[in-house]
Amino acid sequence: MAIDIAARSDVGGARRKTRAVRLSGRDRVAIAVMLGIPTLVVGALIWFPTVASVVLSFTNWDGIGGVGTAKWVGTQNYREIATIYPPFWPAVEHNAIWLVFLAFVATPFGLFIAYQLDKEIRGSRIYQSIFYLPVVLSFAIIGFIWQLVYSPTQGLINNIFEDPAHGNVTDWLGNPKLNLCAVLVAVGWRHVGYVMVLYLAGLKALDPSLREAAAIDGAGEWHAFRTVVFPALKPINIVIVVVTVIEALRAFDIVYIINRGRNGLELLSVLVTDNIIGEASRIGYGSSIAVILIMISIVPIVVFVWNSFQESTT
Amino acid sequence: MTSAAIPARTRAAARRRRAVSVPRVALHAFLAFTALLWLAPVGWAVFTSFRPYSDTAEHGYVSIPHALSLVNYKNAWTQGQIPLHFWNSMIVTIPAIVLILLFASSVAFVVSRFSFWFNVPMLIFFMAANLLPQQVIITPLYELYLRINLPGWMTGGNGLLYDSFLGLIAINVAFQTGFCTFVLANYMKTIPSSLGEAARVDGAGVVRQFFGIILPLCKPALAALAALEFTWIYNDFLWAVVLMSSGDKRPITSSLTNLQGTFFTDNNLISAASVLVALPTVLVFLALQRQFINGLTLGANKG
Repeated sequence: MAIDIAARSDVGGARRKTRAVRLSGRDRVAIAVMLGIPTLVVGALIWFPTVASVVLSFTNWDGIGGVGTAKWVGTQNYREIATIYPPFWPAVEHNAIWLVFLAFVATPFGLFIAYQLDKEIRGSRIYQSIFYLPVVLSFAIIGFIWQLVYSPTQGLINNIFEDPAHGNVTDWLGNPKLNLCAVLVAVGWRHVGYVMVLYLAGLKALDPSLREAAAIDGAGEWHAFRTVVFPALKPINIVIVVVTVIEALRAFDIVYIINRGRNGLELLSVLVTDNIIGEASRIGYGSSIAVILIMISIVPIVVFVWNSFQESTT
Repeated sequence: MTSAAIPARTRAAARRRRAVSVPRVALHAFLAFTALLWLAPVGWAVFTSFRPYSDTAEHGYVSIPHALSLVNYKNAWTQGQIPLHFWNSMIVTIPAIVLILLFASSVAFVVSRFSFWFNVPMLIFFMAANLLPQQVIITPLYELYLRINLPGWMTGGNGLLYDSFLGLIAINVAFQTGFCTFVLANYMKTIPSSLGEAARVDGAGVVRQFFGIILPLCKPALAALAALEFTWIYNDFLWAVVLMSSGDKRPITSSLTNLQGTFFTDNNLISAASVLVALPTVLVFLALQRQFINGLTLGANKG
């Protein structure tokens, strides 16, 4: 975010100078191409489908035949997913648990690790690499690796803490009461490293005198952190909140790898995908759930966008 | 600086160091323990991958290995068709990175070096596209891909964007351009505007300013973004699972589902395959760690 501060000081000057410049015809064409092609690609493949999701959610289109065969059905899809579509409410609940876990368990732990590693500890870089390692792995690979850890008879956990040879095992990923928690441990494993790196950057950018001042005050470490350091991290905190909410909404790969998102691992993203490539292909249902995702994700997106432009233009 | 002040200060520092030594030791113990816990899942996969199935079957999975071999890697390599899927990943990832960086730097150049009224809306248009959950667009996108006809030489086979490398490249480019635009726009704003002006006085057009002056100055940011985008696109699962139906055209991460069906119970083989698939991103991370983390914190917005 140091970049933003530098940008802010440049904006006024740049505006004054560039306004006087006349662009030649060739330059105009060049600028049009430089903006036009990326805009076209992102508009056609991201924003057009976003709008289409909203429109389709109010129709009964089945995907077979032209879009012309679609009939407007008002809010019927929404009413149906809320009443007669069994996996919907479990999925909402799981996404909510997912978010709460990331926000109130994994994120604070990542911040805690970052705060400790910021103390110029010996081997800090090695620790950083270790905690960051899971972040470079795909969620698909994370699913595979944790399946090996959780495997009932061959897994690391049961072989250490239980007695698989005599048949007394916990089926961590198969038991619908346990598997969400088990998956969240794996997801948290990755999220902690992610949060740690972002906070470490934020902590490094802080004025060291801030913390010293708090120490001289005689404030305890926790008190100093809560009243001085944490409030000073506000820009990073906003980024972390946005990242966490969006990660919780996007969650898909890992449950899809483990059991295709069934039997205790239903998520909204899985339901959307099931309605395209699964057996029950209901375009309307999938689109309605997509719209629900838009409604939720619009909040962090607006917060983030507002925040970053606030910073660079005031 | 008086000479007396220095020993006094070092003594104070030494006292402070001694005073905090108990919490320091506790902290080190905590960090070392947590780090080991963090490495355990990966270590377990690596450990299992080197043990032949017979060895684990006989002695159990948590046991001192009696034999170590590369047989699981050999089997994963051939049965999982890993070279083919690696190649598919490269066909998608490399052109996508080039296009993303080209698009993103073009847009970033215009919005950061000129002051048009649409600069801010433009940036929001790109940035927000990267923050949407993928599932928001996947249904219409799938239907769209099934309906876009292109010449066979572009898509290889059925003439549709669906199930083609071109289609996968396109969606990765569209989805990731926003993040890079945001990072590069912020980066370019820090380059003094006098640099562009000097070139303009010399008669350099927009294109020459972009390729000749601004882009070379953005090399550190471009390198950081290339490293990040490599992992993100290589790690993509959803786009390929939904938009690529032929198993033999799938990039490596999404091809893991094939493996799962084939070797349902052979965990040794699965662990070897996991290690192989994870290796490129881990190597990129280890080799370009600094750029990697710079890229992430430069934007600090990736969802």
